Amino acid sequence: MATNRRDFLRMTATAGGGLVLGFNWFSSALAETPTVLNKSALAAGEISFNSFLSISSNNIITIFSPNPELGQNIKTSFPMIVAEELDADWTKVNVLQAALDTVKFERQVTGGSGAVPHSWKRLRTAGATARQMLIQAGAKQWNVPVEECTAENGFIIHSKTGKKLNFGELAEAASKLPVPTDVKLKDRKDFKIIGTAVKNVENKNITTGKPLFGLDFYREGMLFGMIQRPVSFGMKLKSVDSAAAKKVPGIVDVVSFKNNVAVVGKSTWQVMKARKLLKIEYEKDAALESTADHNKIFTDLMETTSATVRRKDGDVETAFKNAAKVIKAEYQCPFLSHAPMEPMNFFADVRADRVELVGPTQTPAGARAETSKLLGIPEDKITLELTRLGGGFGRRLKNDYVVEAAELSSIVKAPIKLVWSREDDITGGTYRPSVRYRFEAALDAKGNLIGYKLRGVGINSGNPTRENNFPSGAVDNLLIDSVEHQSPITTGPWRAPITNFLAYAEQAFIDEVAQAAGKDPVQFRLELLQKAKSAPAGPIKYDIDRMEGVIKLAAEKSNWGKKPGVSQGFSVYFSHASYVAQVCEVVMRDAKPVIKKIYAASDCGEVINLSGARQQVMGGIVDGLGHAMYSQLTFKDGATEQKNFNTYRLIRMKEIPEIETHFVNNGIDPTGLGEPALPPTGGAVANAIFKATGKRLRKQPFFEEDIFKPIS
Amino acid sequence: MPLYKLQINGKSYQTEAEPDTPLLWILRDHLGLVGTKYGCGIAQCGACTIHLNGQATRSCVYPVSAVGTSKVITIEGLSEKGDHPLQLAWDEVDVPQCGYCQAGQIMTAASLLKKNSKPSDEDINTAMHGNICRCGAYHRIHEAVKLASTKA
Repeated sequence: MATNRRDFLRMTATAGGGLVLGFNWFSSALAETPTVLNKSALAAGEISFNSFLSISSNNIITIFSPNPELGQNIKTSFPMIVAEELDADWTKVNVLQAALDTVKFERQVTGGSGAVPHSWKRLRTAGATARQMLIQAGAKQWNVPVEECTAENGFIIHSKTGKKLNFGELAEAASKLPVPTDVKLKDRKDFKIIGTAVKNVENKNITTGKPLFGLDFYREGMLFGMIQRPVSFGMKLKSVDSAAAKKVPGIVDVVSFKNNVAVVGKSTWQVMKARKLLKIEYEKDAALESTADHNKIFTDLMETTSATVRRKDGDVETAFKNAAKVIKAEYQCPFLSHAPMEPMNFFADVRADRVELVGPTQTPAGARAETSKLLGIPEDKITLELTRLGGGFGRRLKNDYVVEAAELSSIVKAPIKLVWSREDDITGGTYRPSVRYRFEAALDAKGNLIGYKLRGVGINSGNPTRENNFPSGAVDNLLIDSVEHQSPITTGPWRAPITNFLAYAEQAFIDEVAQAAGKDPVQFRLELLQKAKSAPAGPIKYDIDRMEGVIKLAAEKSNWGKKPGVSQGFSVYFSHASYVAQVCEVVMRDAKPVIKKIYAASDCGEVINLSGARQQVMGGIVDGLGHAMYSQLTFKDGATEQKNFNTYRLIRMKEIPEIETHFVNNGIDPTGLGEPALPPTGGAVANAIFKATGKRLRKQPFFEEDIFKPIS
Repeated sequence: MPLYKLQINGKSYQTEAEPDTPLLWILRDHLGLVGTKYGCGIAQCGACTIHLNGQATRSCVYPVSAVGTSKVITIEGLSEKGDHPLQLAWDEVDVPQCGYCQAGQIMTAASLLKKNSKPSDEDINTAMHGNICRCGAYHRIHEAVKLASTKA
């Protein structure tokens, strides 16, 4: 089995005849037309394509899938798109993880729900090109007109004569034909693979415990390394006494660099034990912040006059002055850890003139660039092999652990597998930032929303608003601004950055406004969208029709407002180019609210893999619900009070509601689904709980609210 | 360092290690059986679950010195050809997302089915509650355990 791109190319070159198309899924700078690769070029192994479609003479179809796979299932959905246009028999298609990294990999990144949208057309074109070449080869062999030949389920067929050859039998002949430049893509009504439920191509390897992940990678002679980082944000290293640690059997070295003390040894356990024996002194380098400080900072900055204005439409002051009713509420969300199940790790072997990196990252190109910069070794001397990612959620967009591994290897001059413990992961930063929002709404006497104000105050959050999202455009007088507090606590993108908590706050507040206006929450949103359509206020940066579409579908499927015995809450959100509406249903049991069911209506454009799409929606909802209900990081003296899963609480099986998924599937090009199902969940849950209990949930995590506590 | 002789997946292994080394790291670092995963190191997430004499056990807190003659089964040895009813159900239901926790989930479920071949929904919830899936694949995990119980 080929393990990387070069091996794959060499094996393909020696495997006998066939057709190999090289193409680029990502690079917009390069030609969009696929190219036939000849044997000598393949054998050389250095070809400037990042993707390959190979049809061997013995009819084995192989597709190389290069995006980092972290559970969003693109290793299955990408090849499905190629196979669709190729008219291949899906069960005969092999998919190889392209554990590769070439300079041509423009978007070898997983993040922003952008993988499928980015490559949709290129993947289709590659498949369609190969299909057309196979048809031409068949027509030529049978000496019949091309128009009389068709491709079906892995065969080229001439129906008039009943002649039929499989793709492999025509592959060699096809490889000698010129590459067509104007291939016709299928009409979506003819799709046979796209839109069906296809199982994850890695299931067997996963369920039998094959070494797929970075942490599973092993190289003869490698050493294990763990790093003790400062115990608090705002501390720096002062002195190290490593005498006791060095005496632990198996320990090879203890070294310091930057604020790190690294223990290197022959096994993970020995290194873990030795690390506990380090005597390290730290000194204060910046403020040691606590959650109590953050709450005070939020309160102070909420009143500042020097906020950054993000969007301003009309005259907000006058609108509020003339309002018949003003509604005002503050919402707050805590810091969160990404906590992917596979902790951070990377293998690095740094030599004088070259570097080998192996492991899980969402941004391999960035990892290589940072390593190059750190070590002063040119990028073309650095290879990076991607493993499967045991979750990412945005954490592996930041390559700090890759660079640490490279630096440690360069210092101890040995191949190193750097491993973070779970405690390192939870205490080590790059968190979802904590944010407080203040919303204000002005209603006229008829309950129309005439003014809207939002201020977001975040800690290392960047802009915590999405000023052009709904309801912007639907309110004549609107002001959205933000303030950021700079903190030593590090933050970074977390699945559905910003919207993962902004959506909850906004959709819960909209529910408050609808209630104050005496309107049904669904009807209220539809009226706002109608207003945005007929008399827009300022630019509209979301698709009103698509948002309406999911609202109506969710309302219909959940039998909104007509269901006896349950309390329903509504939420809808646009993020990362897709739209998802959700209805949460709550019942009271023993005087406590129980989340029974969540309906989701999603518009992500064309659904590629129905099984994967459902998984992303269900997983996104569980993720959104779990973090809204249970998870938080609190700080004391610059350190998290939660260190591991005994105190950092994640949702578990007993806590999940039933979930029902629906897709609009309107045939527009795919717009992504790795993130968009998460943001609406917190709002739907908060609104349903309000309906059931009369209590507004304005602070996450919800489980700390009295309504969830046992009655004494 | 003492020498430990271990019975794992029907085979004999031996390795030198400190007595307090958790079985997890013996499997992973000493013996190359990396299907058993490290997730938390404090028996909170279940990623490291193996069977010790048929009993689901958290290998991350189980010292090698305590294993003795107990029979250890890891995900690699759950079935010879990867066709345990749970492994087949996991594919049938298309459970895995990132896949990292699934070996531990399957080992926990296998122990449940051994003791209770027809578990109720509540039985499944209770047995599987200790295993975290960060991707949130709980619905399909539950469904796959149920499916396997109808075929076992």
